Amino acid sequence: MTAPVLSIRHAHKRFGAIRALEDVSLDAWPGEVLALLGDNGAGKSTLVKCISGIHALDEGEIRLHGTALSLASPAAARAAGIETVYQDLALFDNLSPAQNFYAGRELSFPAWLPRPLRFLDKAAMKKTAAEVIDRLQVRLPHPDAPVAMMSGGQRQAIAVARATVFARNIVLLDEPTAALGLREARKVLDLIARLKAEGNAVILITHNMEHVTELADRAVVLRQGRKVGELKPDASSKQDLVSLIVGAET
Amino acid sequence: MSRRTENGLASAAQSVPVVKGDPAVALGLRLLSVGPLLILVLLVTGIALVTPAFLKPINLGNILAQTSVIAIVAMGQQLVILTRGIDLSVGSNLALCTVVGGLAFQATGGTLPVILAMLFTGTLVGAVNGIVYVYGRLPHPFIITLATLSICRGLALALAPGHTTMRGMPDAVAALGSQTLFGLPLGVFVVALVAGLLLILTRYMVAGRWIIAVGGNPQAALGMGIPVKGVLVATYMISGLCAGIGAIVLAGRTDAASPVYGQLLELDTIAAVIIGGASFLGGRGHLGHALIGAVLIGVIRNALNLQNVEVFYQMVAIGVIIVLAVEADVLRSHLEARARVLQARGAA
Repeated sequence: MTAPVLSIRHAHKRFGAIRALEDVSLDAWPGEVLALLGDNGAGKSTLVKCISGIHALDEGEIRLHGTALSLASPAAARAAGIETVYQDLALFDNLSPAQNFYAGRELSFPAWLPRPLRFLDKAAMKKTAAEVIDRLQVRLPHPDAPVAMMSGGQRQAIAVARATVFARNIVLLDEPTAALGLREARKVLDLIARLKAEGNAVILITHNMEHVTELADRAVVLRQGRKVGELKPDASSKQDLVSLIVGAET
Repeated sequence: MSRRTENGLASAAQSVPVVKGDPAVALGLRLLSVGPLLILVLLVTGIALVTPAFLKPINLGNILAQTSVIAIVAMGQQLVILTRGIDLSVGSNLALCTVVGGLAFQATGGTLPVILAMLFTGTLVGAVNGIVYVYGRLPHPFIITLATLSICRGLALALAPGHTTMRGMPDAVAALGSQTLFGLPLGVFVVALVAGLLLILTRYMVAGRWIIAVGGNPQAALGMGIPVKGVLVATYMISGLCAGIGAIVLAGRTDAASPVYGQLLELDTIAAVIIGGASFLGGRGHLGHALIGAVLIGVIRNALNLQNVEVFYQMVAIGVIIVLAVEADVLRSHLEARARVLQARGAA
């Protein structure tokens, strides 16, 4: 645990005249939850999209275990072991949790056939999915049912669990509790705590200060595309964080 | 269709979770999931009681023979509808396939060239549909398949000598109409073959899983690295191929090729898919829906025939049933939303 998993150095990103990111640097460490805070439009989502391969940085670099990466596509980011759970979940309603886990990267055989013509290794996919769901203590009353029938919290849990199957390096969570009720949000928070306990590096975007002080080891605050602060969130620093976010100097 | 678990084909309604707290919602979903099959069974029983002639083997054979073309083409249509699309060109495509097959027969006299010509023509039209839809960046496949509906019919009429029916098919193709096996028309075995192949594709192969995923969430499919464009083109090609296979069966049964075959087949196949219980908005449905729907249409037509109901009223009846099927789909979505809310409460 001596080196950061992911390092962003001097990241710049412009959309036309809007400077979405200006000279942002941060590090994510294994076994640590890094909260990414900021008001709407502060650049949090842009940064996440750059890390997950949707946008390319204009300047600066993203390093994984010290090696600079070029993330040209979401597929490239996933191949590098970076998994993202988006606000809109990106689940397939008509597929079961196990099928969702492996959608687009199905285990299949024989290897000499072109991918689309291969046969699904259903047993292996189901087994791995069941193990992960079990390990993360996600309770699904009907693990083989399509996710269309599952509640928001169960669906979010599946999306997070899917990310953990493949994330060898880092999991990005974009407001994972925003659409959930209190009790379901609690379950997802427990899930994030377990990801951390398993040694994953987690970057968490949220607006909820309670969640930040509870879960995050460090918080990076963005405002108008700039990093305006980095501190350890706890009950005493909560007010400082809020001030940083809204830009009120104290 | 039996209930299956871990099933790429299964609709959500087929593996309905037991919803705590509201058995009515669960019961409703269950009823909707078996609805079309239930209606088919009730209908067959009812008709058999009223019209004993219905159950005669020759009549049942007739129904299956008449249904086989709709069933084959509807299975292709089902995959297209699953991906949130529609293929209006299948009827004209089928006519064009028979004409090209007929021309191949006149030119070569062989069996294989005829069969290959029909399969190739159908697949080619499907490829045109898919490629223009995807790479022409059309918002919906409605327009391109409407265009190929017109183009194929026009080409079929232009290519057919005298712009009319061409008599004669190779013996092996004609056998599809004249021969039976185990008392069943051979066309039924073609239906079974196509169903078997598509079942393997959709349940056991990566490409089939991708088709289902694209239907479930096209945006997410793209994000997950599924080659959505290729999947869509392939889906329209499969639909075209099914039209080509349907052409072989129809040409065989009638021992002829004709540029006027397959009129309104697009409506019959879409109706079969919807009546069978697939969602017309896509994302949900399996081969069983297309097959049950095709047989339902065949049985209803046959029963009305036996009752000497005029063909106009048969069209009215099919239309009414489509409306009922779509309403059932709407009701199912509503009940599922309800079940999700209950699920969230139950999970807490």
